[in-house]
Amino acid sequence: MIRERLPITLALNVVEMLIIVAMAVPVGVTSATRQYSTFDKATTVFVFVGFATPDFWLAVMLQILFGVHLGWLPISGLRLPVWEYLPFWQQQWDFASHLLLPITVATFGGLAGFSRYMRQSMLEVIRQDYVQSARAKGLPESVVIGKHALRNAMLPIVTVLGLSVPGLIGGSVIVETIFAIPGMGQLMVQAVYERDYPVIMANLVIVASLTLVANLFADLSYSLIDPRIRVSRRGRR
Amino acid sequence: MNAFWRALSKNRLALVGGAIVLVLAVMAVAAPLVAPHDPHKLDIKRILEPPSARHWLGTDQVGRDVLSRMLYGARVSLAVGFVSVGIAAAIGIALGAAAGYHGGTVDGAVMRLVDLMLVFPRFFLLLAVLAFLKPSIWTIMVVIGLTGWMGVARLVRAEFLALKEREFVIWSQSVGASALRIIWRHILPNAMAPVLVAMTLGIPAAILTESGLSFLGLGVRPPYATWGNILNDGKEVIELAWWLSVYPGLAILVTVLSYNLLGEGIRDALDPRLRQSVGRFGARGR
Repeated sequence: MIRERLPITLALNVVEMLIIVAMAVPVGVTSATRQYSTFDKATTVFVFVGFATPDFWLAVMLQILFGVHLGWLPISGLRLPVWEYLPFWQQQWDFASHLLLPITVATFGGLAGFSRYMRQSMLEVIRQDYVQSARAKGLPESVVIGKHALRNAMLPIVTVLGLSVPGLIGGSVIVETIFAIPGMGQLMVQAVYERDYPVIMANLVIVASLTLVANLFADLSYSLIDPRIRVSRRGRR
Repeated sequence: MNAFWRALSKNRLALVGGAIVLVLAVMAVAAPLVAPHDPHKLDIKRILEPPSARHWLGTDQVGRDVLSRMLYGARVSLAVGFVSVGIAAAIGIALGAAAGYHGGTVDGAVMRLVDLMLVFPRFFLLLAVLAFLKPSIWTIMVVIGLTGWMGVARLVRAEFLALKEREFVIWSQSVGASALRIIWRHILPNAMAPVLVAMTLGIPAAILTESGLSFLGLGVRPPYATWGNILNDGKEVIELAWWLSVYPGLAILVTVLSYNLLGEGIRDALDPRLRQSVGRFGARGR
């Protein structure tokens, strides 16, 4: 039961994480380098609204808009019942269209938080002396920002990314329940409705292990970003 | 303190947030006076009526007035927010103070407990605990409080670690004041600023969590109306009655937004340096 569902939740969360990072980093960097511009102000508004929007409500609103009124996207499940009989490309399209709404909902709040955090971190870094000296030695602005500043600004982001994993996994409960995606979150809610205690406990242990693994990855990735931090073979202090 | 008010009154967004927070609180307290209809009164002749002059925000499946239900729902949502954050703050302050002041084994034990609690995604933990308990408003408050104290404990501990080395604390120790008295009278008042900010930002998080649980049908049970409950009713008839789904969600959004604006304003007014430690991601419920 769990073996069928775990990969779905895992895959969704990894995709969501990648989307959040891929979008939040450029947005945060742009609003930091153009502080108080229209773009910066617009993202600030988005951040506050995104923070305050209940994800389950957003999910329902998107279902009404795209599923019921416009009829563009399916609102539940992972694939059509006739999926197996569709040609290959239609299969892919069907799969993607089922995932579009859930992933939008799941990334919305995280995107708001991370772009804000990225902006803050970048703002602190570009005031540092070494950024000035990189400019002074005549490097193009894209290298100054993209290489010298970004690397240092990413360090706190990795910490926060690791810390936010439980939140993201917790969000799957809501998203999977609303969009009827057969993952861990939906299983958890069903188990709670049915008071199926062994399943509840197993679920809890597995999501806790996922959190631990994600934190481990966050710690390991420090050394990728900052060569000063090395993962030593023995626990030297 | 004057500098604090001056800084806060310059922050227009925080003032707007504060004003909305106040209006909401007044409306929640005065719900019986303000509500145009009885929130529990069924009216089978007026099922799922769209918003009109008689029912400003329409009616639900059994003909109850949505506006009145939302006003009464504000009571429950705000109460859950305040009480659960109060519980979380009490536990967090007690454990954080003990850990920060005594250090050593106590510190180690408390911090490992914090790490342990943080391993579980909060929403999963809440669901697991709720599966064992009889659902009521009180269980929801207690459970949200019991799963939300870790941030406060960390903040208080950090403040205590810094403050306990200061002269006024060493002086009190040397004249023989008891540990409890030093913690309560001397250190804690100086450590409250970040805690207050964390509490202001914790209330919207608790409201989001409660409404999420109620939306799943695992939170506050009918006949009590909460914003999450109304949304739960609304999702069954989403194709017929948009007003049941749109308005409670907007209410949650505006409430959470106002509390966040107010909380961030208070933080910046108290001490801009707190930006580092408090509040990022504090406002998401899980």
